[in-house]
Amino acid sequence: MKLAVASGKGGTGKSMVAANLAFTLAWTENITLIDCDVEEPNLHLFFPGQHEEHDVTVPVPVIEEFACKHCGKCSEFCQYGALTVLPDRVLFFPELCHSCGGCTLVCPKGAIHETPKRVGTLSISQPMPKLKLITGTLDAGSPHAVPVIREAKRESVRDPEVILDTAPGTSCPVVEAIDGSDFCILVTESTPFGLHDLQLAADVVARLGIPAGVVINRSDGKDDDTIRFCVDHDLEILLTIPFSREIAAIQGKGDLLCRARPEWQKEFAALALKCRALAGVEP
Amino acid sequence: MIRLAVISGKGGTGKTMITAALSRLLGGTMVLADCDVDAANLELLLSPHLLQTDPFMGMKNAVIDPATCVLCGECEARCRFDAVETQEGTYHISPLRCEGCAVCTQVCPVSAISMQPRQTGEILYSETCRGHLVHARMVPGAGNSGLLVHAVKKTALERDGSCDLFLIDGPPGTGCPLISTISGVDAVLVVTEPSVSGLHDLQRVVTVCRQFRPRILVAINRFDLDLEKAGEIEVWCRRENIPLIGKIPFDPAVIASVRAGVPVTDTGPAPAAQAIQILAANLEQELKQSGKQR
Repeated sequence: MKLAVASGKGGTGKSMVAANLAFTLAWTENITLIDCDVEEPNLHLFFPGQHEEHDVTVPVPVIEEFACKHCGKCSEFCQYGALTVLPDRVLFFPELCHSCGGCTLVCPKGAIHETPKRVGTLSISQPMPKLKLITGTLDAGSPHAVPVIREAKRESVRDPEVILDTAPGTSCPVVEAIDGSDFCILVTESTPFGLHDLQLAADVVARLGIPAGVVINRSDGKDDDTIRFCVDHDLEILLTIPFSREIAAIQGKGDLLCRARPEWQKEFAALALKCRALAGVEP
Repeated sequence: MIRLAVISGKGGTGKTMITAALSRLLGGTMVLADCDVDAANLELLLSPHLLQTDPFMGMKNAVIDPATCVLCGECEARCRFDAVETQEGTYHISPLRCEGCAVCTQVCPVSAISMQPRQTGEILYSETCRGHLVHARMVPGAGNSGLLVHAVKKTALERDGSCDLFLIDGPPGTGCPLISTISGVDAVLVVTEPSVSGLHDLQRVVTVCRQFRPRILVAINRFDLDLEKAGEIEVWCRRENIPLIGKIPFDPAVIASVRAGVPVTDTGPAPAAQAIQILAANLEQELKQSGKQR
């Protein structure tokens, strides 16, 4: 099954949940873990080791100056303002281009073709015998996260068991990452910020028609408002992880809770079982 | 006017909590903006009084008229965003996936597709005790958050451009909303935390910031949760010649103040509040220098 981990609010512990789930399950079955938080990918910090890397590219237009008649059709069509046609040349702003290919379609002279432009990288590693880690990394300064996420997901299409760690927020990178998942874990923390953003994230998964459940992380026991929201919205609380300086220190050093404290593996195994049951997927 | 954005790279390091406290501590007139439009939380600490709401129109979206559509599938074949779906034998376009490129309108042989304006959020203009706050509500999943950030900043500058300080609560990450947030600012305060992820994300966001040339300042939140990692961050900042202007301890008073809906500096002499006062004093010094350099 395809299991996404999302949150709305940043820093609630998405990567922690995704990494511990993958670590626990990969002892017995083949797991693919994808870091879709391509703006700030962190999973590789918890699974260091050798990896192979390749570029993620998007097609961008190249204008053949000798064929171009400067008619302005491409610039008129481009919805993103990425092309400006001057009397004697065409200016292209790659950071505004969404790679839709529209300019090549509308050019009456066929003067535009596309060439690949690098926007990020994919790195693939095998940190455990049955664990494949795919990390998408957006190049610094590139605004377009979505193509990198799409490529990272494409790398896993043939894999049966996939866990996707997503970016915080509720906009396009999150939608791109969780779209097509069988189930989504929403990670929250017991503060008004956590609850506010949980509501937004729950809204997004509902719009996408993806069943979801909640993990409360760094709980200080004052979770009444979160629990009430979950009951009202039919979201099962799948796991509550208490706040502890020890857990924070394990994470902070780049270790995994389930590696440092193996007794936690049964909690994460139970979490996976609950997700599969709620998604209606046979293990 | 000095423009300062509080950002972090990694989410959940305490940007909003620190921005709210700074609004109390920094002197002069100010206008505030919450540019974390995906998950805007600054209002939860500043009890704003809403003055005005304006619709925000994102990119236009393609819409198929089913009465004209001849089901040729050309739009589906040409759409690079997989936004064309078939449902019960008719084609339609997913508003969550459509990026508004209009290629489908171009390739449709019977002109069944048109571009329609779509409201993807609201821009809110509010009053707080420290000045006006511009914030937003984005329709969850709507996209165009970079454009919405731009619109929020523009509203603040148009209406309150004469203030001494423009204080921005920024988004996490390094992509489109972050770039939109930091373009044109004089200084960024990067709030990090003492963990491998915190340091890694700080390094990445600084690389992005350097392309825009603002003054870069760093604060470590919850520094005492891992003194060794906090030390590593400090060493890195020194090596990169980035002033580390604040170290805030882990303090349960922070969570209590968030639950009470006020900045931590309003709740008495908690250790975190005292540390943020020192941060604010250092920040004023740094901003004065940026002001002189301009």
